[in-house]
Amino acid sequence: MTDFPDDNGFFGSGDQRYGGRYLAETLVPLIGEIEAAYDEARADPAFQTRLADLQRDYVGRATPLYFAERLSAHFGGARIYLKREDLNHTGAHKINNALGQALLARRMGRNRLIAETGAGMHGVAVATVAARLGMQCKIYMGATDIARQQPNVQRMRLLGAEVVPVTSGTATLKDAMNEALRAWVASVDDTFYVIGTVAGPAPYPRMVRDFQSVIGRETREQMLARTERLPDTLIACVGGGSNAMGLFHPFLDDAVELIGVEAGGEGLASGRHAASLNGGAPGILHGNRTYLLQDDDGQIEDAHSISAGLDYPGVGPEHAWLHDSGRARYIAVNDDEALAAVTLCCRLEGILPALESAHALHEAGRQAAARSADASIVVCLSGRGDKDMQTLIDHLPAEENRS
Amino acid sequence: MSVPTVMSESRLTRRFEALRQARRAGLITYAMAGDPETGTGRHLLESLPAAGADIIELGMPFSDPMADGVAIQRAGQRALAAGQTLARTLEDVRAFRRHDDDTPIVLMGYLNPIQRFGETRFLEAAADAGVDGLILVDLPPEHGAALTAQARDLGLARIPLVAPTTPPARLPTLLAQGNGFVYRIAYNGVTGGQRPSTEKVLEKGLEPGRDSEPENALAAGIAHLRQQTPLPVAVGFGVRDAATAGAVARQADAVVVGSALVEALETGGVEGALALTRTLAAAIAEAR
Repeated sequence: MTDFPDDNGFFGSGDQRYGGRYLAETLVPLIGEIEAAYDEARADPAFQTRLADLQRDYVGRATPLYFAERLSAHFGGARIYLKREDLNHTGAHKINNALGQALLARRMGRNRLIAETGAGMHGVAVATVAARLGMQCKIYMGATDIARQQPNVQRMRLLGAEVVPVTSGTATLKDAMNEALRAWVASVDDTFYVIGTVAGPAPYPRMVRDFQSVIGRETREQMLARTERLPDTLIACVGGGSNAMGLFHPFLDDAVELIGVEAGGEGLASGRHAASLNGGAPGILHGNRTYLLQDDDGQIEDAHSISAGLDYPGVGPEHAWLHDSGRARYIAVNDDEALAAVTLCCRLEGILPALESAHALHEAGRQAAARSADASIVVCLSGRGDKDMQTLIDHLPAEENRS
Repeated sequence: MSVPTVMSESRLTRRFEALRQARRAGLITYAMAGDPETGTGRHLLESLPAAGADIIELGMPFSDPMADGVAIQRAGQRALAAGQTLARTLEDVRAFRRHDDDTPIVLMGYLNPIQRFGETRFLEAAADAGVDGLILVDLPPEHGAALTAQARDLGLARIPLVAPTTPPARLPTLLAQGNGFVYRIAYNGVTGGQRPSTEKVLEKGLEPGRDSEPENALAAGIAHLRQQTPLPVAVGFGVRDAATAGAVARQADAVVVGSALVEALETGGVEGALALTRTLAAAIAEAR
């Protein structure tokens, strides 16, 4: 399972082949340079040491694997562990990847970083490492997302980044990615595009997965140290799917159940969701072949989720392949269920999870309740929910009235 | 270097041969299919040859055109909002062919709508409707061999895009799958931008090279292409006015104008787009 991608950047084979490099010619040679530079960096102990040092002293790794005692008791089944990516510097797993790619850009002599962002967590992470490494930074963000994630916008600006509002299309994450790609085509010589998820043209899905795999590697060591066995189940939310891929990948060859949780929005039947694996079809967008929300004419459809970070009409190509091969299972959790999970986690554990991560928490509760106490589940708590306060204020009173 | 399949009977071959004999470059005009709606779009297509378009490049609208600037993005959104589909775009070509069997039409666009339609079904329908060639922005030769082979069997040219960033060593790969003509992208950027002037490039303090691409580098790029292929070389991106069109026409076999025409249609209707077409055609005719 860990042999992919192949030399052309594909995961899987035949019709069940996802990824690749479907790009405008201007970018193809550049992408080849990035791949070569990445492979070289990956094998260079000096690069790995520098990355590990910054991960430890700047990001705050290793993040704890925390036994959620009261949540586990609440569901009365399996033991639930939280992989605390929310405790990273900048509040989410995104910095694992941003740091890796920024160091690669520096190594390649490119001093301008551009990035797309949805919820703003990736944007904040890139702005942060750009400041730390003394690099220029421009973040493309949909105008819709700018409105609903103001604290992160202010934070990026405070860190010295320029935030470019994107008004084309639906003015959300996919459009921000289009705009970043367009800006990149016009500045290929001095600019490095830090893609924030395990999607995009090869080598990005592999590179981002590798940088995020620190989540799974630590989880593995921590579980073994603590329980002397691997967890039974791993659960993570999936928008593009970088925290999930980072958690899953080191376990692909083990007998560990993998569950990815897509954003079900207002429900799959409503058509207003962001669940491309559950409600989409294979196609080509942003340089890779993967599952996409699209209409019968191949036009990309709007995604919908209460969490801006999951509001993307595609998914990383490796997830598409894990889905088709049956190695991982992907289910959808709705807006309301995620909101309820935020409250529950706050009240029982004193942890405010990001709305994205709350999708995974909801599924963890469902799975835990159906299992015995000797089973263990690890949930990737991919980020903290401070950025969601406005959304929570707008939605939670109604939520509480229902309970 | 591999020898491209040259179809002696194709409209593209005949048109480039006629241009060669007339000792002038061709004008390739871009229009988005169904912009702003089917009726106007078809009216524009039918009127373009008389206004001086030698070849028509017809855009297939896509929701997420990552290589296009704002003008063509807006055109695509207008067309989609008016209900344009890939099937309707092929109908537009069929309607055009009832009046004009000489002007080549090449379709330009992105892969996803074609895959959704079905690659084989699309290629057969396009050939049947009277399409002459395809420019597929997001299908590099590394992933395009199967589609290219099928297209050739149906007499559809696969027009390769060559960028300023394309290293010489990569050219044979691009040209091996190409026929019809070569589309040389003039500068690194999306459609509808301004070519960076030499002054601007110097101002930015960039090394002359692939990002800067001053006039002489474009000329050198075209000269290098000519050593590698017998195919005609068209140049596009950033050609917005008669002066630029004339300058490019002195170097290339054809000049592609897209965003400027889309904007002329947007502000001046079909007559506005045709007026600009006449101006461009005149400048190109006088260039050599």
